[in-house]
Amino acid sequence: MKAWIAFWNILLKDMRAYYLKPPNISWGLIFPIAWTGMFFIKSGSGIESILSLLPGVISISILFGTTSMLAVTVTFEKKNRSFERLLLAPIPLEVLMLAKTAGAILFGVVNAFVPVILALFLTDLSQVNWMAVFPAVVMIAIASAFLGLFIAVSVSEVFEAQTFSNFFRFPMIFLCGLFFPIKSLPIFLRPLSYVFPLTYGVDILHGAINNQNSMPISLDFLIITTFCAGLFTISLRNIHRKWIT
Amino acid sequence: MGIQQETHPSNPNQVPLIKVQNLTKKFADITAVDKISFDVRHGELFGFLGPNGAGKTTTINMLIGLARPDSGMIRVSNLELTKNPKFAQHLIGVVPDESNLYPELSGFDNLSFCGALYGLSKSEREARARELLETFSLKDAAHRKFAGYSRGMKRKLTIAAGMIHRPQILFLDEPTSGIDVASARQIRQLIADLHHNGTTIFLTTHYIEEAERLCDRIAFIVKGQIVRIDTVKDLLVPVQEKHRMIISIVHSGEALSIDLASLFPDFKFQSLSSEEIRIESVNPIRVGPLIKVLEDHQIEVKEARLQRPSLEDVFVQITGIEADAMRKEKERGTGNA
Repeated sequence: MKAWIAFWNILLKDMRAYYLKPPNISWGLIFPIAWTGMFFIKSGSGIESILSLLPGVISISILFGTTSMLAVTVTFEKKNRSFERLLLAPIPLEVLMLAKTAGAILFGVVNAFVPVILALFLTDLSQVNWMAVFPAVVMIAIASAFLGLFIAVSVSEVFEAQTFSNFFRFPMIFLCGLFFPIKSLPIFLRPLSYVFPLTYGVDILHGAINNQNSMPISLDFLIITTFCAGLFTISLRNIHRKWIT
Repeated sequence: MGIQQETHPSNPNQVPLIKVQNLTKKFADITAVDKISFDVRHGELFGFLGPNGAGKTTTINMLIGLARPDSGMIRVSNLELTKNPKFAQHLIGVVPDESNLYPELSGFDNLSFCGALYGLSKSEREARARELLETFSLKDAAHRKFAGYSRGMKRKLTIAAGMIHRPQILFLDEPTSGIDVASARQIRQLIADLHHNGTTIFLTTHYIEEAERLCDRIAFIVKGQIVRIDTVKDLLVPVQEKHRMIISIVHSGEALSIDLASLFPDFKFQSLSSEEIRIESVNPIRVGPLIKVLEDHQIEVKEARLQRPSLEDVFVQITGIEADAMRKEKERGTGNA
């Protein structure tokens, strides 16, 4: 119960202090709209291209909204030592870090549905398997947030967090099958695609929205869940090793 | 340097709240803390003094769970926390040397948030936050953002945040460093009141006079080793046997003190500046003959004042470091005036 009180208040504090700030809300709205517009114009194939673009735009909205936000906020709190206050609280480190990532995960999920809401006005989404889309969005948000946590624990300066985030994020746009299939990549790049958790989340979305998944959806879920567990475990171990020296 | 751990057989009720034995911490090949042992008793105000880099922060970090000891044992309220500091973190309140609350939250929200971290219910933490804001004279600023507080107000709120969960022991790291005189006085009074009300306090400070005024016992740490632990009263005994006087003159001090040393061989002279001379003696200093000699040399004496021997002298004796130099070094380091 006591850990739950701490969890809930850390989440609320982060939402108020970081995620619900006007610049982040506007970023969460403008970014997906800009990406949707860009690919829509580029494809030149009219309204019908929206469904094929949607998995990529959803994924990129989550990835960009979540990864750097968490990496930057944790690094910022570490830098100004307010993170010490959290480390001194009598709550398990796992609960603390889940609370810190929960805000970013929620932010990512909300960002994901901005392009979905836009698409609702432009195309027919009746064929979409929402039962797969919802958990896929949540899993992509969790994987992206945990990637942000991994980055935050690996750096000590806010600018390093941003640079390191981009080091992961931009290759992921091209390697994870967001806007063109992995099989169209040069053969030597394809193994890299499977190193990123986003590949599996995007594959679920392609399956749920366009019925164009390249792997069984259950396998995608299993792999992305394993990635999440791995990233979280490594991050916790790094916190123990680097922050509680 | 050996450890001088005193024993206190006089009062069996003085049970240690913190017990540290042979605590050691190394960073690569540097031993930051070297087999230190001490205890802090219930209700005690325990000072932990030493120059920069002596191992104070590393020791505190191990006590509060932000660093892992390489060897040794820490017990807080009889809970062994060397392996798992989370066991005792609910008993500990920490006030770091920098105010590390959340700038975007108000004073009230900061306190309420800190209470939530310790699992206090909403009504409980809000009532406690109001009580602390009142105690620390911050009631009028309760709903202002922390970012807009003055340094003194920030320190006070940071101390209040460390006490939100009514900890058994409060760690205060440089509580008055870098704040204005009035706020520092107010904070010292608050610390004294807390101590009076039975809170156990572990205090580190670069202001030796502050430690002398507030602490029951003091441990001196130098190069990772505790070189002396004693009550303030007992620490002062050796220096109290000395007499000291400061004479302010209108002349160059250095050449003068050499002359005086030959005329008054029982006195030890030290030029503090071109206008100040410090005189030390094991016997009482008679000011009349001194002033007469100075006047005979056409030197105007502005002032002659006896100086009370202080803990600063003990610190200098034990560490070999001028307390004033240490304080300035610290203030430069923190960017404080």
